[in-house]
Formats: sequence, structure tokens, C-alpha cells
Amino acid sequence: MSTPTVCAMALATRTDRRPSTARTLWDSTVGKKTIMAVSGLFMLLYLLVHMFGNLKIFFGPGQFNGYAHWLRTVGEPFLHYEWALWIIRVVLVASVVAHGVCAYQLSRRDLRARPVGYAHRPARSGYATRTMRWGGVILGLFVVWHLLDLTTGTVHSGGFQPGHPYQNVVDTFSTWYGDVIYIVAVLALGMHVRHGLWSAAQTLGAGSVTRDRFLKITANALALVLAAGFIAVPVGVMSGIVS
Amino acid sequence: MRIVLRVWRQKNAEAPGAMTTYEVDGVSPDMSFLEMLDTLNERLTLEGEEPVAFDHDCREGICGACSLVINGEAHGPERTTSCQLHMRSFRDGDVIDVEPWRAAAFPVVRDLVVDRSAFDRIIQAGGYISVPTGAAPEAHATPVPKAAADLAFEHAECIGCGACVAACPNGSAMLFTSAKVNHLGVLPQGAPERETRVLDMVAQMDAEGFGGCTLTGACATACPKSIPLMSITAMNKEWLRATRKVPRG
Ligand code: HEM
Ligand code: SF4
Ligand code: FES
Repeated sequence: MSTPTVCAMALATRTDRRPSTARTLWDSTVGKKTIMAVSGLFMLLYLLVHMFGNLKIFFGPGQFNGYAHWLRTVGEPFLHYEWALWIIRVVLVASVVAHGVCAYQLSRRDLRARPVGYAHRPARSGYATRTMRWGGVILGLFVVWHLLDLTTGTVHSGGFQPGHPYQNVVDTFSTWYGDVIYIVAVLALGMHVRHGLWSAAQTLGAGSVTRDRFLKITANALALVLAAGFIAVPVGVMSGIVS
Repeated sequence: MRIVLRVWRQKNAEAPGAMTTYEVDGVSPDMSFLEMLDTLNERLTLEGEEPVAFDHDCREGICGACSLVINGEAHGPERTTSCQLHMRSFRDGDVIDVEPWRAAAFPVVRDLVVDRSAFDRIIQAGGYISVPTGAAPEAHATPVPKAAADLAFEHAECIGCGACVAACPNGSAMLFTSAKVNHLGVLPQGAPERETRVLDMVAQMDAEGFGGCTLTGACATACPKSIPLMSITAMNKEWLRATRKVPRG
């Protein structure tokens, strides 16, 4: 049907102005995926660091609280107290918002593009896409709860003590719902990263036939390490290793 | 063989449609799927009923006209076009569902026929090369590296059937568009429009209302010409390169 045509006439030269790079990105499905990939990679990098930092809880309150304090003084004297932390927070909020808005807009578009389904449902029908959407929503809700629980203390169980994250973490994971919410979210994260990291490589044009195996193994390994590292903390509290 | 067909019947673009059941007797395993439909249509015609409308042309897997979703799979259970699918892939007494391509950008015209002119407009947006016309140029005037020729040929195999869109849960046309972009983009003859081509074709693809890519891979699994999923990755790379390189102002 549609085969590339060789233009027989002199081509009309396009003289219209092309929009800016930012406009081109925002107006295109490929551009929005690029924004998702880049913001996703920022979040992923942060989560890796976050996961490693959390493991310091196994070395006692002194070590863990000291690490939390260091997060506020890092960069001094060049940066003021908490500046580094705030810079990271701003980048993260921007990433979460950009990632979520693009995911929402693209998902709406995708659903509109296929208004009528098949009477005969195919066996494989977008498993990855659905887990990414639902997993993403779970992660978004989790982030809100997590911040209200351990950053602001608004929904914290027991007395929230600013500056004493060790005790706060132990409090949270001493409740059954604290453990359940957290573990569900971390499993969703593992699934999300599994498809997301490989996906981001394709979106950014970094994938290839020869590199595919490596990328898939890397995405799976990273998802596993992240999930295991994060889950170690509630498991530590539940088993009494951390108390 | 005796086959029970459940076929999507729809009078025109506006009318509501429904799955309608027909029995087809005397089907030979050597018939193609379309010949089996011909058998049904001959009978319907003799009985004074409207035959089932479906697209077809070459019936040898090269034109891209045939377009049936068979038992929920674009082009059916074999990795080929609907016209090259044979009844030996089914068993006596099977119930087979036959539906049109489903995508907002491919509205149903009638029964199993959909309007795929959105693909033509994507091609018009950039699926061409500007070559000097007149006498045929000397064949070796523009050397093409073997690797580029092979890659171009692999992508040139796309017949524009739209099975990729039909199979995609997002109704995305990324596989088709990437096949066309990569086919011309890797060749020296395609170099003058390398940046504008990918930007314009992707923009047209979006304008037609196709969905975005979530890399499920359903397209590449359905493609009768085995256009690989990595073709999309390569187009993403071309697109990002073009956003940096295209002249503005
Ligand atoms: C918490 C940390 C998160 C990380 C590390 C993360 C990471 C990623 C990455 C790397 C991608 C791949 C982008 C691409 O395909 O180019 C992705 C895709 C996606 N993310 Fe996230 N994301 C996170 C949170 C979220 C949230 C909160 C949502 C929901 C609003 C979400 C929804 C999605 C969706 C729908 C996709 C597209 C999936 C697909 O390709 O089918 N993500 N994510
Ligand atoms: S990429 Fe494959 S499935 Fe899609 S239009 Fe081309 S030949 Fe058909
Ligand atoms: S009729 Fe031409 S490819 Fe099937």
C-alpha cells in the first residue's frame, strides 16, 4: 500500500518556522517519552543512593541519625545548611511532576487511540503497559504517604521526632500497615524499573540488537537490588534486628 | 473441513456493527483464508445476501491490502499476511472470529474494511527522497555501503498493512513509521531530508491520532514482514538527533 514515493517534481521548500526544541519535545509522543525517560532515570539514580543510605540503619541509631544529619550539611561551606537537600528535592519534585504529567497525557492518548477492543481478546494484551500505569499510580500515592510519614510526620504513628529518623523508621515498621504499604510499593517499584529502565534505553535510542540482552539483564538486576535493598529495612525491624 | 465463522458486519462507517455467525462447509486445508471467505461470499451472493467486504489485492503477501484480525491476532496465528494464511492452520469444526483492524486512526468503512489513508499522509509528510529527475542516474554514482543497503532493505520490506497498529494496545503506528524513516534515513539518497523527514513523519503520525509507544512489542510480533522492535529504538534516536540538528528560524 504505502510505499515511499520518489518525488518527481521539484520539492516545495518548507519555509515555515520550526518550533523550539522544548515545544517540539512537549508536542510529540516521542518527546514526551523522552521526558519520561530522563525524569525516570533521575528518580532511579536518586533511589539507588537512597536505598544504600537506608542500609545504614543496620549500624545503629548513631550511624543512621548521623547520616541523616550529614545530608543537611553536605556541601558546606560552599552550600548553606540544607541547601544540597533542597536542590535534590526540587529536582525530584520536578521529575515526579514531569514524569506523572507525561504518563497521564500519553495514557489518555493511548486509550483514545484504541476506542474499540476486539471481541476475541488476544492472550497477550499489554501486560507491561498496564503494570506500568497501575504501578506508577501506586508509586505516586506511596511517595505522598512516605513524605507525610517520615519527612513531615503528619501521618506518623506514635510521636514523630524530627532529627531522629532511626526511631521514626522503627515506629513506622512496627505497624502492620506500615510494612504492607511499604512492601507493596517496593514491589511495584521493582516491576516498574524492570520495564522502565529497558524502555528508557529504547526511548533514548541507546538500545540495539547486540545490546538488548545486556540491557534486559541490567534492568532486572537493578530492579532486584533496589527491591531487596529497600525491603531489607522493614524486614530488619519486623525480625527485631533493628529496634 | 467445516468452519464456523463469527464475522464483524457493519453496513457503513456510521452504522453500528455486530459479530455475525456463518457456517462454511467444504473448506479445503489448502485454501487460503481469503479463499475460504470467497467461498462464503459466493454462497451469500447466491442467497441474495450482501457478501462480506474485506480488503485484498495481490494475494501473495506483498501489497499490504489484506487486513484481518483472526482470533484476536492481526493476520491470524501464522507470521504472515491474511492472504498467505492457509486453512491448514485451523482444525475441522473450529470457531474463528474475524474482525477489522481496530484503531481510532483506522475507521471502519464497511465490514472488515478500514480506511488506512492515515498511513498515506504519514508517507506524504516525509516518506520521499528528492532526487534529480530525468534520465536514470548512473547506478554507481552514489555508492551505498553494503551494511546500509541491507538495513534499508530490511525496513523497505514493510508493506504498510497496518497490522502493527491493529496489534498494539495503544493503536500506535511507531513500527510502520520507523520502518519508513529508517529505510530512507540510512541511505545516502535519503540524507538531504534526514532531519525533516523524521520530525515531519512523527508529527503527522501524532496528528492522525495514533497512540504512543509503550514498547510492549505486540507490533513486531504481528508484523508479517518481521520489522524488528529495535526499528523503533533507531527512529527514536533519529528523532532526538533531528531535534538538535534541524535548522530553525
Ligand atoms: C518512583 C519512581 C519512578 C521511577 C524510578 C520511574 C521510572 C520510569 C522509567 C525509567 C520509565 C521509562 C521511560 C521510557 O519508557 O522511556 C518509566 C515509564 C513510565 N512510568 Fe515511571 N517511574 C517512577 C514513578 C512513576 C509514577 C509516580 C508514575 C505515575 C504517574 C509512573 C508512570 C509511568 C508510566 C505510565 C510509564 C510508561 C511505561 C511504558 O513504557 O509503558 N512512573 N518510569
Ligand atoms: S511494520 Fe509490519 S505490520 Fe506494520 S505496516 Fe509495516 S509490514 Fe505491516
Ligand atoms: S492481499 Fe496483498 S498482502 Fe495480502
